[in-house]
Amino acid sequence: MPASHAAAPGASQPTETQRRSSENTIKSNTVSPDSFRIRCQNITKAYPGVVANDQISLAIRPGEIHALLGENGAGKSTLMKILYGVTAPDAGNIWFDDQPIALKSPAQARRLGIGMVFQHFSLFETLTVVENIALSLDKQQAGNLKNLAKRIETISSHYGMPVDPHRHVHSLSTGERQRVEIIRCLVQDISLLILDEPTSVLTPQEVSNLFKTLKKLATEGCSLLFISHKLQEVKALCDQATVLRQGKIAGTCDPRTTSTEAMASMMVGNQTTLGKRYRFSTGTKKTHCLEICDLTELSSSEFGTTLKEINLSIQPGEILGIAGVAGNGQKELLRFLSGEDLTSSAESIKLKGKNIGQLTPGKRRKLGVAVVPEERLGRGAVPDMSLSENGLLTGFLQNLIARGFLQRGRIHGYANRVIDQFRVKANGHGADAKSLSGGNLQKFIIGREIIQNPELLICASPTWGVDVGAANIIHEALIDLRDKGAAIIVISEDLDELFQISDRIGALCHGNLSPIKPLQHTSINEVGQWMAGVFDTEFQDEQLHSETPVKEYELS
Amino acid sequence: MRIAIERRPYDSNLMKYLSPVLAIVLTLISGGLIFMIQGQDPWAGLYTFFILPVSDSYGWSELGVKAAPVLLCAMGLSVCYRANIWNIGAEGQLLMGALIGSWAALSWMDSSSSWVLPAVLACGAIGGLLWALIPAVLKNHFNTNEILTSIMLNYIALNLLLLAVHGPLKDPHGFNFPESALFTDAVTLPIIMEGTRLHLGLILGLFAVATLWVVMARTFLGFQLKVIGLDASAGHFAGYQQRRLVYFSLLLCGALAGLAGISEVTGPIGQLVPSVSPGYGYAAIIVAFLGRLHPVGILLASLLMALVYMGGEMGQIDLGLPLALGSLFQGMLLFYLLACDFLISYRLRIQPSVKPMAFPDTSTGVSQ
Repeated sequence: MPASHAAAPGASQPTETQRRSSENTIKSNTVSPDSFRIRCQNITKAYPGVVANDQISLAIRPGEIHALLGENGAGKSTLMKILYGVTAPDAGNIWFDDQPIALKSPAQARRLGIGMVFQHFSLFETLTVVENIALSLDKQQAGNLKNLAKRIETISSHYGMPVDPHRHVHSLSTGERQRVEIIRCLVQDISLLILDEPTSVLTPQEVSNLFKTLKKLATEGCSLLFISHKLQEVKALCDQATVLRQGKIAGTCDPRTTSTEAMASMMVGNQTTLGKRYRFSTGTKKTHCLEICDLTELSSSEFGTTLKEINLSIQPGEILGIAGVAGNGQKELLRFLSGEDLTSSAESIKLKGKNIGQLTPGKRRKLGVAVVPEERLGRGAVPDMSLSENGLLTGFLQNLIARGFLQRGRIHGYANRVIDQFRVKANGHGADAKSLSGGNLQKFIIGREIIQNPELLICASPTWGVDVGAANIIHEALIDLRDKGAAIIVISEDLDELFQISDRIGALCHGNLSPIKPLQHTSINEVGQWMAGVFDTEFQDEQLHSETPVKEYELS
Repeated sequence: MRIAIERRPYDSNLMKYLSPVLAIVLTLISGGLIFMIQGQDPWAGLYTFFILPVSDSYGWSELGVKAAPVLLCAMGLSVCYRANIWNIGAEGQLLMGALIGSWAALSWMDSSSSWVLPAVLACGAIGGLLWALIPAVLKNHFNTNEILTSIMLNYIALNLLLLAVHGPLKDPHGFNFPESALFTDAVTLPIIMEGTRLHLGLILGLFAVATLWVVMARTFLGFQLKVIGLDASAGHFAGYQQRRLVYFSLLLCGALAGLAGISEVTGPIGQLVPSVSPGYGYAAIIVAFLGRLHPVGILLASLLMALVYMGGEMGQIDLGLPLALGSLFQGMLLFYLLACDFLISYRLRIQPSVKPMAFPDTSTGVSQ
């Protein structure tokens, strides 16, 4: 296998990583066609405004467990939908068992022997296991329910997935439901099984059982495509990994021998092209703007991440960066900070010494907290409202209302100010939010919060999907706001960005917060280890410092 | 040739306003066909239904009488629907307004004080408001679906009304008919135009149109309602108090529907009877959407709906057609409106059939 190159050392030089990943991209494009279960070449799929898959090539051998790694929005789902026949690619070719094919529908994919386990199960709760499985089969395939039940029992005992075929689905646990989904694929002759983040819904014990099943499947010659952003699991299970970033292949590797931080760096970005470092904070006041004390909270969403004993404090006049691969508690932390979710004890979050953990978002806003959520449309902005109205959405404390009545002139003026200052390209203040490109809407949303002069700004992925010029405007504005004395928390997956603007940095992993260090006293490698859950980095610290000296970050 | 359906890149603003017009036209065409099937001349049928009722000034005044309750309910509903709260319970809220208001009217009708009528109207409004409070509390604190709770409460309200007119509120001198005593002048709405039945209810309806127009278009309250309707998570993120907004819109609608109910019994009907409403609360749902949730649109749509009610009666009298034909027209109107609204986000594209393409470009290229 050409992509199974030598293991990346834990503390590899950034240049090394880049060279390797570009090499791999070329290699995987020119993969030799000797007996692959599935092979796709130069798959491209564009949606309005975004190229979800850009020249993706991938090959899986019989019996191989192949990981598809990437952040949210990297293009994993699109590729998987293309391989299962749900979506047709704009360009590119697919070979199945070395035969060129055009996948037109999931039914066709199933006939070829491709099975898929979705993240969200599609089972009828009021029916039994065997009835559910019969529904997905042809009449001849299903036969009578008695025989099918026997087949289910055989399969479930063979692969170590105990399931009673006559139980009703509503009485099954999440793990058991997933087994039903897998068995549903296995009752048909299957040679490629695609699993979309299968472990996100499982307990650790269930995960290890699932892995046993999958490994057994692989030894019997079934190929597996395992989609995930959990590096440890990929390391434990997979033979090969393809890493996607922003719709492109960021590299391929052998996860068994590649360090998690090397894979993480492939996922989150190219470390060699560190953007220009902005000026550091010139001094913070010795008071706490925000303090989080022992914040331990369950997520409000079913499969969210539990936050565990988060402690941090931030002073006026500094930017605190929080790194981490998506799904490690960033979303939850932001919701607890914004007030969209309330903490169980008010003391967990303090703003200037005042307990705010149980204050609603509106009350926190009155105290000077501004938040930029990660979703631009649907949380940060109302798609069907004009920019003026979207300015009013959170700007309602900026003297835009008199005795309950909207002051239209001032509302338009407010929106125009944001549009001018942040160079938002839009058709005036009357343009609908949804008519703006992602980057321009992001500028508008960030601008809307920044010109409110908040004392504390909490910002998720401030430049996600934004072009370089817009990113610079946003970064400059954040730095200016900080210099005016605001405290800023930036939660981002983009390490590059965090190293450009943060004064101090930490990382979230599995809902735990790493140590927080001044940026000058840490390195990208150390933060990468924090992202992988290795918080005890004191020992390696000295070594790392000799390799990546602080002066590498050029001061502007 | 085949017709393909494709999503528009952006919703069509033109279709948004054309859709109700298209729905009305389609309803008229279907109505004509139904008249034909019934053995009537379609033109005569449509004339009897839609022109004859308003062929004199009295007809126009009756239009106002019928439109008043629909207008009040529809204005309340439009606020709910703007906030994405699916209140289907205007009918029950109207009936409870009529019931509680009538109880107050019967208790106080021998008083000659001038505050009696306003108090009776207030009781009606409060009756509807309290009935709307039930789905509001259930939605806010138990996360129930307001569609189900509000629609079920309609039937409970109707049965409570029947219980009352068969029992405690029955006229003791009424020969055991299930009706209350006739209301005295003290608790009867004043007539606003001599020689007609036009009553204060229409003024209340027009007042609701004007007030709610201002509230929805010009106040922060209206803005917040629109935000939670369009995008609840953005409203939550911005810090709007969703529960309060749910209470506000549902209770406002309940109060307006209750006012519609008490206006009917203290206005044109003059006593509490089992059939206070021929489904005004349901018709108001159609009116709210036909009027695109806009006050002016709702005003026009409520007049159309009133015309359908009157046409149904006229068809029964003049052509001997069943009264249910009026309901059929209402149903068709809603059906066609929903169907035409599909065209706001989608468009039909007629594609040339494959057959004429039997000679592909390559072959012609070869022959040349």
